[in-house]
Amino acid sequence: MADFETPKIREYPVVPIIKEGAMEGTSPFVSRPEFDNKLGYPGELPEDWKDKALAKMGDLLSRYRSLQVFMDSCIKCGACTDKCHYFIGTQDPKNMPVGRQDLLRKVYRRYFTFAGKYFPKLVGAVDLTEEVLDDWFSYYHQCSECRRCTVFCPMGIDTAEVTMAAREILAHVGKASKYSNEILTKVDRIGNNLGLPGPALKGILEDLEEEIEEDTGVAVKFNMDAEGCDALLMTPSADFFAEPHIDGLIGYGKVLHEAGITWTVSSKASEAANFGLFIGSYENMQKVSMRIREAAIDLKVKRIIFGECGHAWRVAYSFLNTLAGPFDFLDQNYPIPQHILEVTHGMLERNELRMNKEENDHMTLTFHDSCNIARASRMGDQPGGQFEIPRAVIKAACNNYVDMDPSTTHEVTFCCGGGGGTLTDDLMEVRVKGALPRMEALRQVTDENGVTNVAAICAICKSQFTKMLPYYGFEMDAIVSVHQLVSSAIVMKGSEQEQELDGAGDEDNSAPETDTD
Amino acid sequence: MSEFYALLFTVAFWVLIIGLGLKIYQYIKTPAPLKIPLTPAPLTKTGVGFRLAKEAIFFASLFKSNKWIWLFGWLFHMSLFIVLIIHLRYFLETVPEWLVMLQSVGKYAAFTMVIGLVGLLVRRIAVPRIRYISDPSDYLWLILLIVIGITGITMRFFSHTDIISVKAFAIGLESFNWQQLPLDGPLLIHLALVAILMILLPFSKLLHIPGIFFAPTRNQVDNPREQRHVSKWALNLEAEKNKKQP
Repeated sequence: MADFETPKIREYPVVPIIKEGAMEGTSPFVSRPEFDNKLGYPGELPEDWKDKALAKMGDLLSRYRSLQVFMDSCIKCGACTDKCHYFIGTQDPKNMPVGRQDLLRKVYRRYFTFAGKYFPKLVGAVDLTEEVLDDWFSYYHQCSECRRCTVFCPMGIDTAEVTMAAREILAHVGKASKYSNEILTKVDRIGNNLGLPGPALKGILEDLEEEIEEDTGVAVKFNMDAEGCDALLMTPSADFFAEPHIDGLIGYGKVLHEAGITWTVSSKASEAANFGLFIGSYENMQKVSMRIREAAIDLKVKRIIFGECGHAWRVAYSFLNTLAGPFDFLDQNYPIPQHILEVTHGMLERNELRMNKEENDHMTLTFHDSCNIARASRMGDQPGGQFEIPRAVIKAACNNYVDMDPSTTHEVTFCCGGGGGTLTDDLMEVRVKGALPRMEALRQVTDENGVTNVAAICAICKSQFTKMLPYYGFEMDAIVSVHQLVSSAIVMKGSEQEQELDGAGDEDNSAPETDTD
Repeated sequence: MSEFYALLFTVAFWVLIIGLGLKIYQYIKTPAPLKIPLTPAPLTKTGVGFRLAKEAIFFASLFKSNKWIWLFGWLFHMSLFIVLIIHLRYFLETVPEWLVMLQSVGKYAAFTMVIGLVGLLVRRIAVPRIRYISDPSDYLWLILLIVIGITGITMRFFSHTDIISVKAFAIGLESFNWQQLPLDGPLLIHLALVAILMILLPFSKLLHIPGIFFAPTRNQVDNPREQRHVSKWALNLEAEKNKKQP
């Protein structure tokens, strides 16, 4: 483990004092040509890197209104300066959203604006040098593209857009992050981020079927590459074996079984995650998204349902129609794509799921809003459904629920510290320090309300929490999947749990107990 | 001197109009290939209109962020807005009744404008993290606006200028019928700085004025599942053209 100190939980979270250069040079591993070349990048710093970088910047400015407008419209008011979890955890001013943006903006001004060309000092414009490039590589990989700063920006400037552009420029001069690019090649080659081949996946799914049947007596199907099912399940591959992710997958299986929705995963598209988003590449994001379209066509499904994953849901909800649509061959009576929580919530609303909340009585829960779901997507048909639906489902599955401090939830939720392509061991210091604000909020409800567990709906959040919790003095298994709670509480028809509740031999179970929530 | 000012303002006017027009044209023609509204976002265009109005009129997001910046910033902008409206009387042959009424209270807006600006300047200097992000131009803009405000206050309340001539000069500009300008120090400074502001606006961070309306994070409707959104350049991509069909 690297030599750094875990930040102390502060009693009163005040704005930290800036420490210039605190995180200078902290960077991920640089990607290799074997990965980069497959994604359309050179893989090493070309001779004419400066021209290439500026040409790419010009190209992106002409293709993305967001970037063009955001480069111009910052007034340096300071509204964002204390809003980034990485700034709060590291105190490095280049981790203030405006500080991060300015690394690119000062070069934009130098080469693309009148003022910067002729009066660079006046407007803080600088030449593009290798030092600037190194700063980009370092600080644009200390951003999780979580958009918390955007909430507070009077101009609506989204640092995520700037970070994505910077990463795309960096990739075009051979300075991409190995973590994201290696994973993208795996998705292409094997079908998922973790490199889990079809037969292994099949084995896992069969084990899950057995396990559920043992626990409940109900035969719940986990199909792979089965043609003609109702739905294609797209879920992050971590759901296939990581803890607590897999307990969530079991939950989806049970819910879909109760709903009578037949479903399958695809071995070719066994990954909901789309790291094309993180690296800011429309082309790569589209390529990854096309697998979903192809799998849906090949497997002749009518619906696409997504599992618990934050950025995957952003790409699915906000971009899938754009990148791989139109989906006119699917059943138009359902949202395309649909979130598993929308399915579960809909059933709860219609009293179609029987829940025994007492199964989760050993826990007091809180909920971590994942950044991409909170600020870049929606669930249900009303704005803010992305906050209400997960909470409604959790409350239907347990008796003890407490929200964290409102300045750290809903639209102003703090990132877990590992999103946006930073979930790699080479960025451990960034991750630990960036987790500080979330851990402080969790510490507060733990001390004041006796919270024992935090539920999440994102594979990255779950993995990040598992690693971070011990650093801050919590148990690593305090993180749970929302559908893990559902899985524990659900009383499937014909299950042993149902018999236990209703008494043996009592076959009259036509009127399930309804939920009060 | 009057000719110089007349020429200066004519040039400033056209630089402002053409410069700003070109920038707005650039923002319009640059595609937004992906749906990136900051959610929760409105589901309708009307909703987006309200969202943008809330930002442009009340600085809603800034209010969420920091009450001091909001207070000074909002005070400055709203005061400036009133001050600009009052200045209409120099350009209208007959001053409407409502403008006369507004003027009786509105003339004090110059003070609140300067107070707001000074507040912003003090913050910029005194708060280390805001000082860190400030370039020389950030200070200069505030100072320029403060001097414009103070010279305006001077003329209005202390050392009156010949506003009849000023009005004749302003109306003369509209018809290229250049008139004499009173040669008072405060007036000449006031006008010169205003002209500089007009000329520099399209090349500076004052582009936040159109920019606020063009941020896709705030001006997009949240309906990606219902409506397919594709940009022109995206349609030419390989994956799009070779898309598998059922």
